[in-house]
Formats: sequence, structure tokens, C-alpha cells
Amino acid sequence: MSGLTLTNISMRFDLANGAHVQALQDVSLDLRPGQLMSVLGPSGCGKSTLLNIVAGFLAPTAGRVALNGHAVTGPDAERGVVFQQGALFEWMNVRDNVSFGPRMAGQREAQFGPRVDHLIEVVGLQDFREKATYELSGGMQQRVALARCLANDPDVILMDEPLGALDALTREKMQAMILDLWKETGKTIILITHSVEEALLLGERLIVMAPRPGRIYKEYHLPFADQGVGQDLRQIKKRPDFAARREEILSMIWNMEEEIMGRQGDAA
Amino acid sequence: MTGLALLLVYAGLFAAAALVVKLIRRRTGQRKDFTSLKTVTFGDESAIRPDRAASVISILVVFVLWGAFTGSRLVPFHVPGPFIGETGFAYQARGADGRPTSGRVRVFAGIDAPADAAGDAVVASVPRGRDRLIPLPGGAQASAIDGTAIAPGGRVRVDHGTVSMTAKGTLGFAADEGLQMEPIWLPSPEAVAGRFVEIARTGYQNFSLWEHLGASLMRVLAGFALGSLVGIPLGYAMGLSGWFRGWFDPIVEFMRPVPPLALIPLVIIWFGIWETGKIVLLFLAALWVMTIAARAGVSGVNITKVHAAYSLGTSKWQLLRHVILPNSLPEIFTGARVAMGVCWGTVVAAELVAAQKGAGMMIIAASKFQLTDIVLMGIILIGIIGYAIDVLMRLAERKLVPWKGRG
Ligand SMILES: Nc1ncnc2c1ncn2[C@@H]1O[C@H](COP(=O)(O)OP(=O)(O)O)[C@@H](O)[C@H]1O
Ligand SMILES: [Mg+2]
Repeated sequence: MSGLTLTNISMRFDLANGAHVQALQDVSLDLRPGQLMSVLGPSGCGKSTLLNIVAGFLAPTAGRVALNGHAVTGPDAERGVVFQQGALFEWMNVRDNVSFGPRMAGQREAQFGPRVDHLIEVVGLQDFREKATYELSGGMQQRVALARCLANDPDVILMDEPLGALDALTREKMQAMILDLWKETGKTIILITHSVEEALLLGERLIVMAPRPGRIYKEYHLPFADQGVGQDLRQIKKRPDFAARREEILSMIWNMEEEIMGRQGDAA
Repeated sequence: MTGLALLLVYAGLFAAAALVVKLIRRRTGQRKDFTSLKTVTFGDESAIRPDRAASVISILVVFVLWGAFTGSRLVPFHVPGPFIGETGFAYQARGADGRPTSGRVRVFAGIDAPADAAGDAVVASVPRGRDRLIPLPGGAQASAIDGTAIAPGGRVRVDHGTVSMTAKGTLGFAADEGLQMEPIWLPSPEAVAGRFVEIARTGYQNFSLWEHLGASLMRVLAGFALGSLVGIPLGYAMGLSGWFRGWFDPIVEFMRPVPPLALIPLVIIWFGIWETGKIVLLFLAALWVMTIAARAGVSGVNITKVHAAYSLGTSKWQLLRHVILPNSLPEIFTGARVAMGVCWGTVVAAELVAAQKGAGMMIIAASKFQLTDIVLMGIILIGIIGYAIDVLMRLAERKLVPWKGRG
């Protein structure tokens, strides 16, 4: 049993006022090693909750997560996480951030040094090694976060809207970088995003989630990620099959959002 | 009277300086941005920056006014001082035998009458700032002063002073006071500076100036160090453990609003008025501030950073050491700055109550002998040291936690 397996995951939050939110209901999923799956869905449909359960930050109220055959019971270095922002350690410089995982694992400079420096080069920050992280732009900070995650060589990388706070141009560059890194390292990746284009470009597999209760609504297997490696992503975006998929998914999410708004309108 | 004049002059100088600086700037043609035009920034307090010219002039004005109202040699102009010198007035009187007489009174105000002053005139010496009765020769009772009629209880203005008559009919003279302050109320800047030099050389009340100030500083450092030593771990424990938090929250929240000064009586009863009592008081003053700062530093950690660290494989202990501890340092520094300020204020107050040496002891001892110059000198030194402590703490903060507020 290799890969990531989610079996009948449910998550219910009990609120302070006695009500509860069914954030996830019976979510089951199999991810084979090396797969990049992107996750789309209207906000509040449980994407982050799902990711936090896989990361081990949350225990599901029902169901089971397993990686390579053993149960996930908490956060661990085998599952790296890249957050939207605010996860860097601003009291360390770029290099110390990237080497954080190996250092905590007790490795010595001689062991991790070359790999860490290589990763910093891969994300294009070789001139910023000694800089404090708060001196970097948002895009650079996310590249540090990515390198820090890779330095630990995790089996699975979980990304929760990693590019959500970046401007459009930086975002496009980072998408290409993620795609190349994925092919190069062969990591299993779950990528949450609220950009349909990003989900289509990067995910060889794509799930669309629906809210209340949070569940997998539709699943796609896409050719664009494979074709996009090393390519100009803009060319792919122009293709008619890409545009058709984009419109299909956009209107799907659009309808879900409409429904949510309508339901809130009824309640009011 | 003097107070009102001072206030008016101060307000006038404030407005005049603003006007002058504005004119100079207009002349020299300084660049105007939107902030200075207040077109888009009015109402945005964060756009207000202190005008450094105003700060410099403000300090100058304080010294100039101080000098002008105390007759300082350092300031070229003064408000009118008390009259010092010779003056006099003519009188008409009725002798004990009922015969009218007349004559002159020569008054020497604030100076000694020369030995050969006597002659036809009545001679009176009036010390500075006092008034004096002037009995007329032969027990005569005055009826007019410089041609103006006077009766018992009345008063007449003469050159450089006022002549008054008591109920029993004796004349008195008071020289004009002017607007200047007497040294006993407010000594001149050079008097204070002179005292500083003198006390820096010879000490005061059995201890050198440096021993006095050093004693206060040492107490503050000892109290602050002890308070941090207990407060920071306690704050960490409260931030990390619900039991600690629950147990100590009531105590901390109760003790926090109690001003350290209110503890002085109890501390004196328990630990005595000398060194132990003071250190305990300062320990308590620093303790709650540091506890709360450390607690806030721990609970203020962004959960994302904690998650990130765990996903990178940290143990609980490593998380504490490499994430929670450095993340809390900015809060701890802010707390340390507050605690040092509170401790410095508290130590001076505690020394006012009882001490053999210390900055507070110096000024309270001097005030008992009305040595206002020493009192002022002490206050200025206390202010400077307090300010220096804060500046040093801020420098250290910038050096040691440069990431403060930039996470
Ligand atoms: N800790 C929590 N306590 C209560 N409700 C929560 C909590 N976390 C998430 N939720 C709720 O669960 C639902 C899913 O949230 P989330 O997973 O953050 O959605 P998404 O990431 O897709 O926008 C939302 O309705 C949210 O309000
Ligand atoms: Mg989310």
C-alpha cells in the first residue's frame, strides 16, 4: 500500500453557540505516489480542513488517513506543508529557514549544506541567502517556504493556496516553478487553490469540492500539467480544450456560490 | 502674578516660534508634499511627524524662560527683578507734641546702608524680599508721603516700592518685588549647574553623587533581574499550560493594576525599610509586567508557524526552543522597557520614604533644608537617567530583535 489514502473522512466542528458545522462528509480519496492533485471549491467548502487533517493538525471526527500503509496521527516531516503566508521564521535568515528541517533532525552542516544551497539556487534566491525573510517580497518568501519544505525531502507536499497572496505576474512564474519542481522531484502534491486556471494548469488530477456538507463533487484527470512542464504556460492557457474546461468548472463553482448566497438569503 | 506672566510669555513664544519657522521655511523654499499640504492626509494621525525644529526650540524656550525669570547670567534679558539699590521718599508728620514736622527717608533695599548715610534723613535698610518698619524720629506719626495723605492701614506708592502704615501708625516700606523668582523657589540654571559640579566633586550626605545614583540604578537592576528571572518562566508556563494559566491568572490579573507604590507600606512592614525592602518592591514592580509580557509572547505565536515547525519535524522541546522562544522576544523586550520605567519611578519613590543613599534620598533630604537647587538637580538627573534607560533599551531591542513587528 503506497501512496496517500483517505477513507470516509468526516469532520464536524462544534461551535460555541451549540450549533455545529459539517465541514467534511465521507471524503474518500487515493493518491498514488508522484501525483499532483489540485483542489478547487467555493470558500468554506472544507478544503483547508481536508488539508489540515492530512497534515495531522486536525483529527477527523470519523475516517482514517494513511500514508504508505501507516495511519496518520499527527504532523510529521514526511508530510511537508506550504502555507499561504506567515509561516516563515522571521528571526532566521533565508538559509537558516531552508535548513530548519534538517537541523531539527540533528543533521550537521556537512550533511545538509550542499543540498540546502542547491535548493536555494533552484528557487533563485542564491543572492539572498543571508537576508532576513521580512526583507523579501511576497513571491520570494513563498520560494523560501517551498525550498524549506523540499529541504526536508517529504513524501507528500501539502499546499494551501500557496500563491494566493501574490500578484498575477509573480504567480505565473511560481506556477511554472512548482510544475518543474514537481516533475524533477516526483513528489506527491496536494495543491489547494481558488484559481481555476492554476488548478487546471498544475493538477494532473483535479477535484472540485462542494459545501455543506463538504464533499468531493467532481473529479477530473487532466493532460495540461504533463504537457506544461518546461513549457510556456500561457500557450497552454490559449488552447481551446483548456478554455472549455475552464468555463465548465468556473460555471460549476459559480452555481455553487449562487446556491450558497441564495440559501443565506432564504435564511435571512 | 509671576505664574500668569510666565504662562502668557510661554504661549506667545510658542506661537511666535511656529510663525518664524514657517516663514523661514517658506523663504528657503522647502519641498512641499501632500503631507505638508494636508490635502490627502488630514485626519490621518499617522501622517503627523514630530517637527524637530519645534523640539529644539521648545527645549531652548524652557531654558531661556528659566533664566529670564531667575535673573540668570546665561540669559541676556530678564523680567524685572526685585528693586535693589537706594530710593527714598519725603514725609510730613505730626510730632508727639502735636507740632508738624517733615523730612526724608533714605531707603537702601537689598544693599547695606553706607556708614555715612545718616545726616538729616532717616535711614532704613530693607533686606531683599522683605519689608521693614521705619519709626520716625521723636515718635512722630506721618500724615502724608510724597505729598499724598496717609492714615493708619493705608498705603502709598513711591519710587521703587510701597509705603504702608500699620494700625498703630508706624510706617513700613516694601521694595518692588518684580517678576523674578527667589532662589528658594526656583534657583537659576547656573546655580543648579554649580550645585551639580559641587556635589559631583564633594558628594552629598556622606556619599558621592555617583554612589547615590549608582545605588538607585543597582536597586533597579537587581529588582528587574529578579522580576524577569521569575516572571519570564512564569509567563511561559502560563502561555503553555492551561493549569498554570488558570492557577496564576487571578493572581496576576489582581496584582497587575495595583501600583507598586501602594505596596510600599506592606513591604516595609514585612521586609523593613532598607535594602531588602526596596529590592522586594522592585521585584514585585517588574514581576507582573514581565509575566504578562512573556505570556503574551507565547500566546501571540502565529499558529501557522507552529504547524509549519511540526511539519518540518520538530519535537515539542525544539518547537519551544526554536519557535516559541524567539517569537516571544519582541513582546519580552517591550515588557522589559515598561518594567525598567516602572522600576525607575518606583525606586525613586521608595527612596523618598527611607534610604541612606539614592537619587530619591538626595532630593528629599535637600528639600528638608529647602535646598531647591539640589532638588532641581536631582529631578533633572532622575529624568535624564530614566530617558537614557529607555533609549538604551530601544537600541538593544533594535539590535537583538530586528524582526519586531515585521513577521
Ligand atoms: N476551527 C474551526 N471551528 C469551527 N468551524 C470551523 C473551523 N475551521 C473551519 N470551520 C468551518 O468549516 C468550514 C470549512 O472551512 P475551511 O476548511 O477553512 O474552508 P475553505 O478552506 O474551503 O475555505 C467553514 O464553514 C468554516 O467556517
Ligand atoms: Mg482555506
